[in-house]
Amino acid sequence: MHFNIADVPQQLVNGLTLGGMYALIALGYTLVYGILLMINFAHSEMFMAGAYFGLLWLNILSKQSFFTGSAVGLVLLYGVSIVLSAIMTGILGVLIERFAYRPLRHAPRLAPLISAIGVSLFLQNAVLLWVSSRSIPFPVKFPVYQYTLARDGSGSLAFTVLGASDKIVDKLGQGAHAIVQFSTLQIMIIVVTLVLLFVLDTFVSRTKLGKAMRATAQDRDTAGLMGVDINRIIAITFFIGPAMGAVAGIFSGMYYGNIKYNMGFIPGIKSFTAAVLGGIGNLRGAMLGGFVLGMAEALASGFISTAYKDVIAFVILILVLIFRPGGLLGESVVEKV
Amino acid sequence: MGGSKVDIKTNVQSARLTPKKIALYAAIAVFLVAAPVYFQSVGNVFMVRIFALVGIYVMLALGLNIVVGYAGLLDLGYVAFYGMGAYSGVLLGYVFQKVVGGPDAPLAGLSYWALLPVAALMAALTGIALGTPVLRLRGDYLAIVTLGFGEIVRIALQNDIFGLTNGSAGLPRVGEFIVPAAGQKWTFLNLSTSTFTFSKDLFWYAVVVALCLLTIFVIRRLDNSRLGRAWVAMREDEVAAAATGVNIMTTKLWAFSLGAMWGGIAGITYAYWVGFISPESFNFMESVLIVCMVVLGGMGSIPGSIVGAIIIAGLPEVIRGLAQSTALSRFLTAEQASRIGDYRFLIFGGLLVVMMAVRPQGILPSTRRARELTSEEPIIEEENTDLWEVEHKHDLPHKL
Repeated sequence: MHFNIADVPQQLVNGLTLGGMYALIALGYTLVYGILLMINFAHSEMFMAGAYFGLLWLNILSKQSFFTGSAVGLVLLYGVSIVLSAIMTGILGVLIERFAYRPLRHAPRLAPLISAIGVSLFLQNAVLLWVSSRSIPFPVKFPVYQYTLARDGSGSLAFTVLGASDKIVDKLGQGAHAIVQFSTLQIMIIVVTLVLLFVLDTFVSRTKLGKAMRATAQDRDTAGLMGVDINRIIAITFFIGPAMGAVAGIFSGMYYGNIKYNMGFIPGIKSFTAAVLGGIGNLRGAMLGGFVLGMAEALASGFISTAYKDVIAFVILILVLIFRPGGLLGESVVEKV
Repeated sequence: MGGSKVDIKTNVQSARLTPKKIALYAAIAVFLVAAPVYFQSVGNVFMVRIFALVGIYVMLALGLNIVVGYAGLLDLGYVAFYGMGAYSGVLLGYVFQKVVGGPDAPLAGLSYWALLPVAALMAALTGIALGTPVLRLRGDYLAIVTLGFGEIVRIALQNDIFGLTNGSAGLPRVGEFIVPAAGQKWTFLNLSTSTFTFSKDLFWYAVVVALCLLTIFVIRRLDNSRLGRAWVAMREDEVAAAATGVNIMTTKLWAFSLGAMWGGIAGITYAYWVGFISPESFNFMESVLIVCMVVLGGMGSIPGSIVGAIIIAGLPEVIRGLAQSTALSRFLTAEQASRIGDYRFLIFGGLLVVMMAVRPQGILPSTRRARELTSEEPIIEEENTDLWEVEHKHDLPHKL
């Protein structure tokens, strides 16, 4: 493929968007791993379920003229849909923990992993059979603009906002070309993601509940003896992770324009990679890992090959696990005997 | 291990033949011969194919059972070895054709037989190549890395890697051939009452059964060998095994490559039987299905893996097949029966969850593995939690 340095800024913006989604999903993996030392294989299905719940609420709410009449209504439409979907997905996560994982808390490590694979298989096929086996369009009801930094016809820097049907040469004259474009969706995804990450980070590091979560992650039994309700902390973890994943699922639906029953698999694995890359069990690591992986993937698919873009994440995963299993921010892992 | 008696001779005793067992084996043998021959003679080729297909999955399940059941390494990319066997079998088949002088040459029919060990070796070498760097990883990491590897192989096949695999269109390309294996055209019976022929599918069924028997034989021998015992030791406690002189890396590599080898054998057999392969046959869901077979049947148990494969690969197809014939049509319409096929992944998913909670040792568990999975070892931990829960039952709203 042809390497073009001029494409780098745009690839980085795309990577940032993608990375935001990965970071949101990766949180779920890392939180659960931190506390239960288990890979919640079904987490990718939380991402998928979130997108479907989001679509469900969009369809229900957009029947109310309040939500479609004004710009404020449209913002609320998506905001409320995202929140409701996140809550429903969070509850689904808690239920899964209660019925599929809790009975296995003292089982050998492979047992919950196999159970999680079962949950994943079940949820995917439930959607396939009872909703649709095809990809469903995910509506974006507000106008999407491209905020464009460009060189205009005379070669100097210019900034312009392009609508869906605008052409850059009409606005800035013949010979104009974009340097980097942010779409409304990308800005929304990046901003909301950063806000959520900040809120979650503050929650875990500053609140009492967050402290209890950290204590549980450090040593479950001791935390229990200190008066932390372990089951409640685990339930909260299984609420937060899927809720964040659901937000990412809706973003993914809006960004790519459609959702499908198996949409969670590849982003799920990639986000797991992100969590491992950052140091699994480490919250900030997962965020960092998400963004790094998103960028790496965007650059690689721009400059190496789009056909192999999924391979890149797997290769990174394998290399990280072999050479730095603790990840970028993690501590070195020592097997407890 | 609590008060339960640890019986290290379990394996040896179960190997002893009792009249009951002989009768059971004889019945199975009669069924394995008679059923497909019957279906062939009534012209129900579909059922013969299912028998052969189930046989392929039995081989895969037994192969994966070495890795998951004996060595305790969860491999979620097992299908990569299956694909490796299939693709290397077909691609090397072209080379073989060139050597003997074209697809119509008299010796061309030997290509399957000649390449069977080669494909097995290729898959085993792939297993070693992948295993060497990744087997150091802990169990759940290993599962994800093998999953990643399986996906890499599938994506590579799909993208026509090195111009060899023809992408998603699969092999053989137009104008190329997978030469039928020598023997598959034999027509040695022509009953006067019916037009019974020793069909292609029946031939492959026979090959698959023979290979399954070979697999069972080898694995049974391994089970009680030095290596088999090392696997058990490693699975139960890696650190303790290493301390008693088991070379963990070598032991894991043996499991990985032996498992891969059977994946390869199943792969080349599948390719030459069906005469067509494409990357879609080697996707992640196949890996999950094979894991389901091993888990459902009972990890570490040979009869378990076989039963698991029969239930998961065979049952939905048999129900569908029977509904299309007459036997079941009184109870199920053809449409309902095909719905069962659609629901199978949903059911298997639920089954995995329920199995892990209720009977993690599987349907036909190995005695030893069952004891491990339902072991009383974590009892101290449990007591702690229970005690704690009892103490805190009554102070309701917890403040953190």
